[in-house]
Amino acid sequence: MRIRIVYDTRYAYETPARAVAQVLRLTPRSNDGQYVAHWCVELDIDEAAPCGEDAFGNVTHTFFTTKPLSHLTITVSGVVETADTHGLLSGVIEPLAPDVFLRETALTTMDDDMRAFADGIAGAASRDRLTLLHDLLAATHADVTFDTASTNVATSAVEAFALRRGVCQDLTHIYIACARHLGIPARYVSGHLVKLDGDVEQQAGHAWAEALVPGLGWIGFDVANGVCPSETHVRVATGFDYLSAAPVRGSRIGGGTEHLSVKLAVADLAQRQMQTSD
Amino acid sequence: MAAYDEMFGADGAFADGASRAVYGELKLWMDAASPEFFDARRRQAELFFRRIGITFAVGGEAEASERLIPFDIVPRILSGGEWRKLERGLIQRAKALNAFLCDIYGPGECIKAGVIPAELVYQNSQYRVEMTRIPPPHGVFVHISGTDLVRTGEDDFYVLEDNARTPSGVSYMLENREVMMRLFPELFARHRIAPVETYTDGLLSTLKSVAPVFAEGDPTAVVLTPGPFNSAFYEHSFLADKMGVELVEGSDLFVQDCRVHMRTTEGPRQVDVIYRRIDDDFLDPLVFRPDSAIGVPGLMSVYEAGRVTIVNAPGAGVADDKAVYSYMPEIIRFFTGEEPILKTVPTWRCREPDSLAYVLEHLPELVVKEVNGSGGYGMLVGPTASKAEIEAFAAKLKGDPTGFIAQPTLALSTCPTFVEKGLAPRHVDLRPFVLTGADGVRVTPGGLTRVALTEGSLVVNSSQGGGTKDTWVLDD
Amino acid sequence: MLSRTADSLYWMGRYMERADFNARILEAAMRLASLPADDVTPGGEWDSAIAISDVGEAFNALHGAATEANVRDYLAFDANNPSSIRACLRQARSNARAVRTALTPEVWEAINDAWNEMGRMVPAAMDMEAFARFLEWLKGVARAYDGAVHRTQLRNDGYAFLRLGAAVERADNTARILDVKYHLLLPDNEPVGGGLDYFQWSTILREVSALTAYRWVYRESIKPWLVADLLILNRQMPRSLLNCCEDIALHLDRLASTYSRRGPAQKMATAAVGRLSGLRIEQIFQSGLHEFITRFIAENARISTVIAEQYLL
Repeated sequence: MRIRIVYDTRYAYETPARAVAQVLRLTPRSNDGQYVAHWCVELDIDEAAPCGEDAFGNVTHTFFTTKPLSHLTITVSGVVETADTHGLLSGVIEPLAPDVFLRETALTTMDDDMRAFADGIAGAASRDRLTLLHDLLAATHADVTFDTASTNVATSAVEAFALRRGVCQDLTHIYIACARHLGIPARYVSGHLVKLDGDVEQQAGHAWAEALVPGLGWIGFDVANGVCPSETHVRVATGFDYLSAAPVRGSRIGGGTEHLSVKLAVADLAQRQMQTSD
Repeated sequence: MAAYDEMFGADGAFADGASRAVYGELKLWMDAASPEFFDARRRQAELFFRRIGITFAVGGEAEASERLIPFDIVPRILSGGEWRKLERGLIQRAKALNAFLCDIYGPGECIKAGVIPAELVYQNSQYRVEMTRIPPPHGVFVHISGTDLVRTGEDDFYVLEDNARTPSGVSYMLENREVMMRLFPELFARHRIAPVETYTDGLLSTLKSVAPVFAEGDPTAVVLTPGPFNSAFYEHSFLADKMGVELVEGSDLFVQDCRVHMRTTEGPRQVDVIYRRIDDDFLDPLVFRPDSAIGVPGLMSVYEAGRVTIVNAPGAGVADDKAVYSYMPEIIRFFTGEEPILKTVPTWRCREPDSLAYVLEHLPELVVKEVNGSGGYGMLVGPTASKAEIEAFAAKLKGDPTGFIAQPTLALSTCPTFVEKGLAPRHVDLRPFVLTGADGVRVTPGGLTRVALTEGSLVVNSSQGGGTKDTWVLDD
Repeated sequence: MLSRTADSLYWMGRYMERADFNARILEAAMRLASLPADDVTPGGEWDSAIAISDVGEAFNALHGAATEANVRDYLAFDANNPSSIRACLRQARSNARAVRTALTPEVWEAINDAWNEMGRMVPAAMDMEAFARFLEWLKGVARAYDGAVHRTQLRNDGYAFLRLGAAVERADNTARILDVKYHLLLPDNEPVGGGLDYFQWSTILREVSALTAYRWVYRESIKPWLVADLLILNRQMPRSLLNCCEDIALHLDRLASTYSRRGPAQKMATAAVGRLSGLRIEQIFQSGLHEFITRFIAENARISTVIAEQYLL
């Protein structure tokens, strides 16, 4: 599939911010399932945003403003060609020991309720890890309702699981936390998804999980959709959880209340449904 | 079991009331002085500490809670021979710790060789994946370490724990000596005592030696503090003052053009070496805790570009994890090819089911500590704990076994100490400070002796009511 | 020097000055309160003490009518009043603590000892006499601090920031006394030798330790316009507006030469000195004393802002 993504993130500050610092993880890398044909990240301010790489191997752009800033727009546009790999990730350089992805983070802690849930799926019978991960995918997808109104970016897996509701970020956190509890290295992926119903305009990026199966490698699990990622998925960044894979992570001095608006269009070019975005 | 006494030896006192040789001169002098004399000097010491404002903020918040750490005027004495052995052991340990950290953030040979289980490293919350990308400048992770030692007999010194993050207490070591020299000049005239005041010069040399290779001219070093409300703020400002460098807070620093600068009255000035006294978690809100208001946004990006040195390096905390501690003998052998000079206390790792079972059965005899704890918080001292405390702790332990280790209760040595009723033996430990730079390893003779002022107590931490003593290494 | 260090020194200078000033206002109010009731509006001196400290709104919200007890407490001890003597000492000390390395032990001890002493005081137990002793003590603290600064601090940029803070604060304080009492200084308001007004004027002079100075300078009985002249335009009078402005300009000049760079703060300060030194008191009265003082206070606050922008942020 040939996918075009146009992604605008605009920040408006109540009063000019004295200093803004951001790390952007908005640029995908090519792998055996996706080829990045064209990609471009632009800022509407006069600051260099040098390109780098973080500990997880993600492409980063980092910038620091030095003049008062009242608004800021990050524009991302690009074209990625994808192929279905049945969720299996390959052709990626892994800079970290997989065991680091067994670590609990603040967003992916467990409580008794979640432990009971995960242990219940694992059950007594010994199954191979891949089957177990698929069972966990099906159970999480079935038990936790996709709902954009109940949670926010800071909601933890425990909180979302207690509500049995959340967005793709929350579902992914729950999945990762359970997998790690069962001794399986698991990580967070942020990316984009072509909606097959033809909806090009989207409210936010997508997220799913990856878990390690010995002998195979990292395999994707899209909990929000209950499937493995396919040619409809564009993998952008990975990390322990949302925080370490976040598309934009920033800090600022001054500026008062921040107003954030996002415009995102993800289109299958073959369907010729691309709407131009201004 | 009677504790070994630093002044009188294993049996409490020699038959004739004489002291160990190294305390001979002190004992003679003390026997000749009157109680009134000591009372007067103790009051003077207190006044001195109060006036110079050397306080310790308990709990860290309101100014009302600032208080003095009790200072005891009876020094703790080590012979030159004893010290030389400790010093060799400390240097060996510092080298092994640095080699270990370079390895776990690099090739991971010690994990492949089975020296330490992978999970203790990779699942350790102190393991910072960001540090896998570049080795720290000059290959040093732990520039400043404080190693807690305890003594249980004439030749028995154990390492109780390593402090590889931001060990504190060195200002007390220096001020204690200053006060003692003012109060008891006659005592110093009767001994040859190794000086400690070279510590701050050594610290500055160490900091400058590890400046980024790109630094031009004389590198600029700073001390980074969380601010005046931090419990160790006095020490931060003391060290900056003695080194003649700026004491900065996170908001004084900013990143621009891949360099760290400080805001000065003359405009931005580049900073090359940051001796930070804030935890990894708070260093850079773009990488670690996003809610940190005391860090420097972008600091880690400059660090990764090799344009600033952070002292101690982020991620060094893996080395002072108490579960990792239990593998130190193997780690020392693996990286130095030598037998460990300092002893390690036998440790039960509660993460291992057999050990947990043993520990739960023997709680009244053991000391149980959190693997990531410090300051004497969150620990159980079995022999002095009540039944209820032990039961509560057992529940906590079962809930999170991986978070704890247990050790036998050591009979920490005692040292004569002034208390309400006069002179009495109190348990002590010793925290020597080791500096590792590109220009070598330095150990200040002695260190900080901490004393548990409550009779029978084994907890010497200042946050738990412990006091301090001057520590003398005699030149013999 | 770190901008934050300079900022702390500047505010330490301001708070020590303000603490001293509050003590002087309270002393003056107590003196006026000792007059027979027929001669004064009952409680008026306490109202004016609150007005001079520029804390009127907050005070009224908390207490309503001003009485000796509540004004004394509010200006001296109240933790809710950021300008109370106690709060000033606390702020001065916390600024001092943050910049310990930039202070001599003598300066630190002057502030730290005062704060420790303050902690031992029991305001509720103070009768009139004990309170008077407290005010006397506080003025002694300010002198000990000034002396320690004068005798021991290195004459570097840090010293300049300390003294700048003190001068800006002092200019503001003098201007506020004039602002609240200006009606007493207007020539056409002069009643013929009223005892009360005489007492008020001499109290104003006392507040700023200028009663003797007045006699030395003018060798006359107390005349309101001369009091104004002394407090606004007299170069030799350490609290006059002109003297404070000259101090500000002097220390800014030193900074400019230390850093080899002049900025907007230097320009503003020099301009202010130029304006004041060209004036005569008659001209000020002609164009309106009250308007003049209001403008001065605003101008002084602007200089403080510009200093902050140039050096302290």
